[in-house]
Amino acid sequence: MTPSLHLWLIPILPLIGAAINGFFGRRLSRQTVCAVALTFCGAAFLMGLYVAARFSSLELPHAEYLGHWIRSGNFMVNFEFYLDQLTLVMLLVVTGVGFLIHIYSVGYMWEEGGFYRFFSYLNLFMFFMLTLVLAGNYLQMFIGWEGVGLASYLLIGFWFTKDSAASAGKKAFIVNRIGDFGFLIALFLLIKHFGSLNFSQVFSSIAQQPAETAGVGLLTSIGLLLMVGAAGKSAQIPLYVWLPDAMEGPTPVSALIHAATMVTAGVYMVARSHVIFEHAPNALTVVAIIGTLTALFAATIGIAQTDIKKVLAYSTVSQLGYMFMACGVAAYSAGIFHLMTHAFFKGLLFLAAGSVIHAVGGEQDMRKMGGLRQYIPWTFMTMTAATFAIAGFPPFAGFFSKDEILARAYEANPAYWFIGVTTAFITSFYMFRLWFMTFFGDYRGREAAQHSHAPAHGHGHGGHGDPHESPMIMLVPLMILAVLSVIGGWVGIGGRFEHFLSPVFGEGATAVATEALSRSTEITLIVISVAAAVLGFYLAYVLYLKRPELPQKIADSLGGLYQAVVNKYYVDEIYADLFVKPLVDGSTRILWHGVDQGVIDAAINDTADGARHVSDSARQMQSGNVRSYAGWVAVGGAVIIAYMIWMGVR
Amino acid sequence: MVPVSYYLILSGILFSCGVIGFLIKRNIITIFICIELMLNGVNLSFVAFAAQWQHLSGQVFVFFVMVVAAAEATVGLAIIIAVFRTRETLNVDHVNLLKL
Repeated sequence: MTPSLHLWLIPILPLIGAAINGFFGRRLSRQTVCAVALTFCGAAFLMGLYVAARFSSLELPHAEYLGHWIRSGNFMVNFEFYLDQLTLVMLLVVTGVGFLIHIYSVGYMWEEGGFYRFFSYLNLFMFFMLTLVLAGNYLQMFIGWEGVGLASYLLIGFWFTKDSAASAGKKAFIVNRIGDFGFLIALFLLIKHFGSLNFSQVFSSIAQQPAETAGVGLLTSIGLLLMVGAAGKSAQIPLYVWLPDAMEGPTPVSALIHAATMVTAGVYMVARSHVIFEHAPNALTVVAIIGTLTALFAATIGIAQTDIKKVLAYSTVSQLGYMFMACGVAAYSAGIFHLMTHAFFKGLLFLAAGSVIHAVGGEQDMRKMGGLRQYIPWTFMTMTAATFAIAGFPPFAGFFSKDEILARAYEANPAYWFIGVTTAFITSFYMFRLWFMTFFGDYRGREAAQHSHAPAHGHGHGGHGDPHESPMIMLVPLMILAVLSVIGGWVGIGGRFEHFLSPVFGEGATAVATEALSRSTEITLIVISVAAAVLGFYLAYVLYLKRPELPQKIADSLGGLYQAVVNKYYVDEIYADLFVKPLVDGSTRILWHGVDQGVIDAAINDTADGARHVSDSARQMQSGNVRSYAGWVAVGGAVIIAYMIWMGVR
Repeated sequence: MVPVSYYLILSGILFSCGVIGFLIKRNIITIFICIELMLNGVNLSFVAFAAQWQHLSGQVFVFFVMVVAAAEATVGLAIIIAVFRTRETLNVDHVNLLKL
């Protein structure tokens, strides 16, 4: 029995912060609100570091039991925390990146209304995310899973007076609900067939079963349903549509929730459930296909976006696709490795984009930026590190993780690898497009500002004067993340990261994997993927710096295809026609006009009308005329006397 | 000795006069007098029976009725004055504020 680390403190700390700011924040000064939020979030991070420091002395997996939650017959659910190598990686990423983004938010949100509300939600998110990561059973994970969805909804709709933000929040919540439905059914199946939701119990009983190689059996169904849940949370085809809209939220939220942590929960869940997927190869294939397609699909949309945050949003969808591709070819540790490096560089990209938006006074359209590198040099440098990292240039972090995934994909099926490399090329292209459009050339914001004086977004930064560098409190997190984006991948050199995670995912699989590819093939793959990145860089350089008139010509010559890409392949419209409109029409015509107005309202109104008619006639008795009342009394008296006389006679 | 039925008939006539007056008159004072008429009609029947049965309770009852009637007259007249002050009318048909 290893000593207790009081893991429950880690999620509870941010919850306390959220409660303080949520209940009393209105009356506290901004400084106090920040102090509360940062203290509790930072304390969680310190706890994470403490756990990491004690990690080697622990007997793994380390489980901490808090108490019973549900006891129904033989079925039991406990409050329990579970710690292994996978948890530790997630824990450090979530608390570390989360803490940095908290610091950054202080600067970014300083002038916004509802300051305390923002930090309360942010801390609430940390609570739920850490609950999800540390959970010892599926139900507890599900609490965190739903909770991060709630926090995401609240933060997307943070500027709730803006119509688009409010509806983006709703969209995220509803689309996630579809995925959660799949997750829930998977949990019900687990309860029914294994009588438990505890990770170690479920996995050990599944491990004894033979793998389902043909058809869709129980394990395959569970795997597929879990994947539905993961697709909702991690924005995979067909449920990715909410993530680009989620960019309506404040930029630190996009960085924390919609890039670094929450959206990777699906990847974490699939990796955590790897035993189930290993026994259901068909489900695993579906995971790989969905991931691969999403990676390519979202990357192509990213090419034509002009909103700086939308480009990053589609890029996030695409990178999440990579992670699922990795999980789908059973390279879970590669997926988690990419999850970690992605948290660094994509968190940084969003924060730097936020800094850019801050600098140009709330403008998000890249066509109105340009030449910003001389105005905001620190932002430029950090963003450069992140851009090179995501494009996969060595020795930046993204190179190692992406290369790992591509190598494992090649080994599983060269088709995955081919799409992966194509996506890497597209990724490099649209990221450098963003980089060139934002930081190079001439600043295009001034003419734009003269054409339209109205600020593009209700941001409150005031878009006057030259772009200005962000305050230090925003730059320091950027610099730390930039350093991590550069060196974060080095932990994977020589398969060290994989080796660290191997107790979770099984030593056997990884050992075979490293043997399978010969040295020369491996080097060829690396060369090809680096070449793809360089090609993307060069193409973006030619199109957006050397000859800026070319993109328009190409777009014109492509015609319909270009229009389709700009309009995101009309997926939102198709969903609207296919699902939303029939639902709205059906609800309006049948449920609202038919059932509600026709039956329920009609019944109530008719009852009320009937009562009114009856009382209208009964009311006539109450004339208000004293003598008529007296008359009634006299008549009543006469009737009683007549009755008595009549009875007496009888 | 006058038979008791005579008293009862007179009592009935007095009571009926009170009831009819109460119903057809509009002046509150008149209505009030009609109430007194009804009470006294009833009183007459009480004393008639008391005399017939040689029993005092009928007489006692009449005293109670008179006391109550006196009290009622005081309160009633006070109400009438209050009504007249606020409404400036003694017509009961115009005192109908409680009607919707």
